[in-house]
Amino acid sequence: MSAIDHAPDTAGTAPEGPLLVVQDLQKHFPVRGGLLGRTQAKVQAVDGVSFEVSKGETLGIVGESGCGKSTTAKLLIGLTEKDKGDIVFDGQSLGPDLSLKDLRKSVQMVFQDSYATLNPRLTILDSVAFGAKVLGLEDPAGLASKMMDRVGLDPDRFAHRYPHELSGGQRQRVNIARALAMSPRLVVLDEAVSALDKSVEAQVLNLLNDLRAEFGLTYIFISHDLNVVRYISDRILVMYLGEVVEVAPVDSIWAAQAHPYTRSLFSAMPSMDPDNRTKVPPLTGDPPNPINPPSGCRFHTRCRFASEVCKARAPKLAGLSENAAHLVACHLHDPASGHPDAGQGLPS
Amino acid sequence: MALAETLPTEPAPAAKPQGYWSGVGARLIRDPLTLFCSAVILGLILAAIFAPWIGLADPYKGSMIARLKPLGTEGHILGTDEQGRDMLARLIYGGRLTLFIGLMPVVFAFFIGSALGIVAGYVGGLTNTIIMRTVDVFFAFPSVLLAIAISGALGAGIVNSLVSLTIVFVPPITRVAEAVTSGVRALDYIDAARATGADAFTVIRVHVIGNVLSPIFVYATSLTSVCMILAAGLSFLGIGVRPPEPEWGLMLNTLRSAIYVNPWLSALPGVMIFITSLCLNLLSDGLRSAMNVRD
Amino acid sequence: MTNLLDINNLTIRFNGKRTVHAINDVSLSMKQGETLALLGESGSGKSVTLKALLGLLPPKRTQIEGSIHVNGTDVLSLSGKALRRYRGGEVSMVFQEPALALDPVYTVGHQIAEAVMRHKGISRDDAMSTALDMLDRVRIPSANRRLHNYPHELSGGMRQRVMIALALACRPKLLLADEPTTALDATVQIQILLLLRELQKEFGMGVIFVTHDIGVAVEISERVAVMYAGQIVEEGTTREIIREGRHPYTQGLLAANLHDVARGERLNAIPGAPPALETRPEACSFAPRCPHVLPACRECRPPMVDLSERRRVACLRAQETIAAE
Repeated sequence: MSAIDHAPDTAGTAPEGPLLVVQDLQKHFPVRGGLLGRTQAKVQAVDGVSFEVSKGETLGIVGESGCGKSTTAKLLIGLTEKDKGDIVFDGQSLGPDLSLKDLRKSVQMVFQDSYATLNPRLTILDSVAFGAKVLGLEDPAGLASKMMDRVGLDPDRFAHRYPHELSGGQRQRVNIARALAMSPRLVVLDEAVSALDKSVEAQVLNLLNDLRAEFGLTYIFISHDLNVVRYISDRILVMYLGEVVEVAPVDSIWAAQAHPYTRSLFSAMPSMDPDNRTKVPPLTGDPPNPINPPSGCRFHTRCRFASEVCKARAPKLAGLSENAAHLVACHLHDPASGHPDAGQGLPS
Repeated sequence: MALAETLPTEPAPAAKPQGYWSGVGARLIRDPLTLFCSAVILGLILAAIFAPWIGLADPYKGSMIARLKPLGTEGHILGTDEQGRDMLARLIYGGRLTLFIGLMPVVFAFFIGSALGIVAGYVGGLTNTIIMRTVDVFFAFPSVLLAIAISGALGAGIVNSLVSLTIVFVPPITRVAEAVTSGVRALDYIDAARATGADAFTVIRVHVIGNVLSPIFVYATSLTSVCMILAAGLSFLGIGVRPPEPEWGLMLNTLRSAIYVNPWLSALPGVMIFITSLCLNLLSDGLRSAMNVRD
Repeated sequence: MTNLLDINNLTIRFNGKRTVHAINDVSLSMKQGETLALLGESGSGKSVTLKALLGLLPPKRTQIEGSIHVNGTDVLSLSGKALRRYRGGEVSMVFQEPALALDPVYTVGHQIAEAVMRHKGISRDDAMSTALDMLDRVRIPSANRRLHNYPHELSGGMRQRVMIALALACRPKLLLADEPTTALDATVQIQILLLLRELQKEFGMGVIFVTHDIGVAVEISERVAVMYAGQIVEEGTTREIIREGRHPYTQGLLAANLHDVARGERLNAIPGAPPALETRPEACSFAPRCPHVLPACRECRPPMVDLSERRRVACLRAQETIAAE
């Protein structure tokens, strides 16, 4: 692509290290009530989440509502203030080495609701150019048209239109163009294709794949749709009630899920075979409320294999013995955990 | 070119690119009632501005022999008041003061209240608490009483009326501005703008103001009729404009005694107040629907 | 035995600032006790069809042609008391957002009992015991206690179960479900789908299940009708649609499901977006996006081709074997 000559500088300061390291990230939202508005409880939205993202990699984050995946996204980009934990971007720790403003130059986000994320009073061009104006770049409008062209929106036709005149797919392209105009290195896509129709979703996924290759981008792709996550990601991270329960390369997790929750989530996917429909739901009931999550392993209330140790102690995230890259937080996989079936892996 | 296949072939939207305000204009033009009301208001304002040049009688010159002439008297189409002054001239000249005192406090309050409300709504937290609780204090008093109390304390006069009415209208506008702003503040596009690293001032200037101003403006328009009535009321009570200045509220008061002699005549200032406030209200309704983008 | 549902040449147009040709010449029939999925994307007319079936479209702005017969009743001619008796009695509906469809100020037991009393004219005590029985049937644990809960005290999945209990309390012949699992989490969605499947067997009613998700359609239905731009483009058993979808749009939807696409492989996306339906379609609505388009496709509306019994496709090339790429 000769038209685009401002591809981000992918040669970072630490070529070998991961692009993003998240350590023990935590966010509890207070629930206020009563006469004086005192804190009555805390929603443990994100509780001790740690992970890494390598350069050029796509990390998929999956989980059900209330598992903290969207809060994690907002914490990464500083839209929500973290209670504690470290965010290290390209070797620089947010806070001591790296200001929030500088982080936001390198990390951009695309949201789910393509309409709500665009200011209804700004033209498409103004919306895309806004970030470049804030950064004080030369010719923000020119850059914005270039980006629009790149995401498949003809600037001549769309630059002066308003968000409500566009279709959902077109608006999501605008949001992608706006994120790319900041020349980010990491793009957080929070359910970015979930609201689109299936046929349009495929177009946007193709676009995201092209852009990743062209600009050397790293993605964090948050979705509830396992098929989409599998298609676009290199590794998948599964969250349950604010905690990471499993992280693994796509092929490894697709072949064998190590955590009972992950397995349930996978079996809950509708079958595509009319002769072999799902017979028994993998789980009963709804996910518990993150206000007062269960003790120990948070999944023990719905887990078929739960034993006393699961109620008492929270398992640590650790590599499987057969594949160290496949991390799981489950007592079943830890021979020393004290679980009666420990060390034998997940029974079928 | 690898991206060729990702280019959407869907057609561009059929409508021509249209700015926000031209859209509002287009919707207003299709609304005859609102157009009529704006014409009435505009007519009143123009008449008031150009009063000295449209060949009216002197509104201050009375005549002891031509007092309280009825409507339709030769030379005095709308009759004369209790001092024999031409009613038509006094009503039109009266419009100058009445409209001025009726509109200006709302204009001032619009700027002050919007600024306070937007800051309170966007920043939130302690700032919000301080501003909004202060505003709440004013809500403890009915607006009429508050206006009378402040005017009474400051003394009669045009400037004091302006000040007291502005103070009366800042709290409701602030409250609306705060509510609208906190609504907009919660929307994703504000988050998206913050994610670019823009500071609060830039985000407010580019993304908040454009989206909150029109509802606040519409609300303020609906207050002008109340303000006009309050201003007239202050004059009626003798703590607003002082005689012999022509002003509708004051005229209503002085003609009160003539209600049994010439009821139609004494009702005229009231009719003017009624027509103006009705038109202002309908105009604000029309603006509200015309400014609604998403329909 | 008469068909449960017969829709004949239904055409629905909304008049307003913009005219929308929402439904264009749709014919559809269903036998008693069948489960049909209406599959389509936003704006395809699947929800409008459901609303027409319940007589919920605003009469002032809507122009309806054609006919709808449910169990022999001419739905479009119903009004007043007869319409109210038909809604909830013969046909009832489960909505996408149970939080919005349930009344927040009454307990769930009260709401179910109210509906039963209205339609069956039985006493409150009897109605309450019917309500309890219904909550049991939708597998709500400790139903006795839940009877006196308000909707906000229940979780999303539980609310949807209550919604289903409410819809089935009067034993309708036809249950309409408008994306009832879209707002739910994956592990809850599958529970609700299986529940609906069991209840369908138990009560024997017909079900029309509107969805945009092929996987959901496979789990719930025996038959599938694919809608595009206010028309049915293909109909058949679920097996036929999944295994050998003939219409290029159906094939595109199947490919876009990403079920067995290799990671990172370029997707065979349908280009473009659905038409705006401001004018009545005079040619194949899918032609502008179709990879197999012929000049003739742009000239006239493709006729519905019957491939076998109750298997039809609206495509000029339906008889050819076009390999799904």
